[in-house]
Amino acid sequence: MKTILRQRVIVSLLMVSGIVAWMILGVVANGVMAQTTTEAPPATSAPAPGGTPPAAAPAPPPKIDTGDTAWVLTSSALVLAMTAPGLALFYGGMVREKNTLGTIMQSFIILCLISVQWVLWGYSLAFGPDKGHIIGGLEWVGLAGVAMDQPNADYAATIPHQAYMIFQAMFAVITVALITGAFAERMKFSSFLVFSLLWATFIYDPLAHWVWGVGGWVRNLGALDFAGGTVVHISSGVSALACALVMGRRRGYGKEHMAPHNLPMTVLGASMLWFGWFGFNAGSAVTAGALATSAFVVTNTATATAALAWMVGEWLYRGKPTVLGAASGAVAGLVAITPASGFVGPLSSIVVGAGAGFFCYGAVLVKSRFGYDDSLDAFGVHGIGGTWGALATGLFASKAINSAGADGFFFGNPGQLWIQFVAVLAAWALAFVGTFIILKVIDWTMGLRVTDEDEQLGLDLSQHEERAYSKG
Amino acid sequence: MKKVEAIIKPFKLEDVKDALTEIGVFGMTVTEVRGFGRQKGHKEAYRGTEYTVEFLPKTKIEVVVPDNLAERVVETLLRTAKTGSIGDGKIFVTNLSEVIRIRTGETGDRAL
Repeated sequence: MKTILRQRVIVSLLMVSGIVAWMILGVVANGVMAQTTTEAPPATSAPAPGGTPPAAAPAPPPKIDTGDTAWVLTSSALVLAMTAPGLALFYGGMVREKNTLGTIMQSFIILCLISVQWVLWGYSLAFGPDKGHIIGGLEWVGLAGVAMDQPNADYAATIPHQAYMIFQAMFAVITVALITGAFAERMKFSSFLVFSLLWATFIYDPLAHWVWGVGGWVRNLGALDFAGGTVVHISSGVSALACALVMGRRRGYGKEHMAPHNLPMTVLGASMLWFGWFGFNAGSAVTAGALATSAFVVTNTATATAALAWMVGEWLYRGKPTVLGAASGAVAGLVAITPASGFVGPLSSIVVGAGAGFFCYGAVLVKSRFGYDDSLDAFGVHGIGGTWGALATGLFASKAINSAGADGFFFGNPGQLWIQFVAVLAAWALAFVGTFIILKVIDWTMGLRVTDEDEQLGLDLSQHEERAYSKG
Repeated sequence: MKKVEAIIKPFKLEDVKDALTEIGVFGMTVTEVRGFGRQKGHKEAYRGTEYTVEFLPKTKIEVVVPDNLAERVVETLLRTAKTGSIGDGKIFVTNLSEVIRIRTGETGDRAL
């Protein structure tokens, strides 16, 4: 008893001091570094819809548009649905029955945890006033200065600032939830909560600032990421790889049968993901009009193509098309089109989707050769799919689709591909190294995995004392 | 008293049950089991992982009958549970030392 109490006291002190240190850093940075001036960045989540004002009149002040606001609020709800029930059921059906609730709980509780973290300090760190091009300040902690009745012209000129904030909150939520696929069936619930909070604060918030925040260095380079190929998918996917490597394989991996226990549940989840993803991509236009429409269309097209590609690949390689393959292919397509969705046309999106289907299927095949247990292929689908999507954006982006974007390799601008590559590298580095450190710290203080007996018993009973399916 | 236990293919259950009731067997216990003998299993694939599943679903029927009915039960089972292909199953006959009806306390043949 005494040792557990001591451990808990140590961890609590560590967490509190960590948060205090971070806040001190924020205050100091606030004073020391000059406010950076914003260069005109290529629009990522706030593209200008194109019209030029008449030469003589000055631009009118930003005004709230009810159509844009309705669309962004709806999209926020759609993206929430991607996490719960979408991802919860997608992952939940893929684990063994004894871990169903544990897996669903992880997605559900991340929605709760990060929703609050975002309002308290996450949004401020990610999108707040720039500090040294690497992080936002603490000026917006507790949503101070984030109005419900005024737009923030830097990010979305025609919707209330809080609408943009809550839309982005759902992105932070699902990013953290995606990682759970890597350590399914073996992570201690308490450690998982601490991990999620630290990861959101020290990996997601800075990366979102780099790529989307005004003043962020990756944004200033000109990298294109419409809805989160780097910020959401590469970050979660590569972090998943780090988790799989640090935490080790599940007990009995390679010998025991670990087949999905409820594939209908998985397909239900994948369908929900597809449905909600229209909010993720088309919502990132933050306007209701041409750009949102284009993003919607390419999202659907790429996803459908990717599902077909995975199915065909599996059919050729193994001899049978599978339901899990079709659903996984669709998710891979959704991932890959994410960064490109506001910059590419429908025919390009077919190529993006086909690539996602084939590359991600290949990735899950070679996984066994490397011997790591990324249980639900978070790296194979999100890490690889996100990397392909971010690079494909550099290939197929066209200013004809989005004049606030850029042209890609195949549209006369090979330099964009290099910029995308730098962004991809930055995301990989932060995700892998940062996650590795966080995992090690938690492992040394609290331990990451459940005990062997608890893993045998299953998370549902050992972590939550509940059964997913009561027998009569 | 004899207990006759049979492992059969699951889709044969209805036929077997009807035939047994016809010859005067008024109770039975049925369990879903998995097993194999000479019948081969099948393969399942989930993304990059392939499983060979050796255990096949089977149904176990247990009936307890007076000694004089046992042979007819075995013959009925053989007739109705057989398909002719590998995996039809097996029958086991054992002697029972005691049988008691819980509601009344009756023992022996009067409990059957």
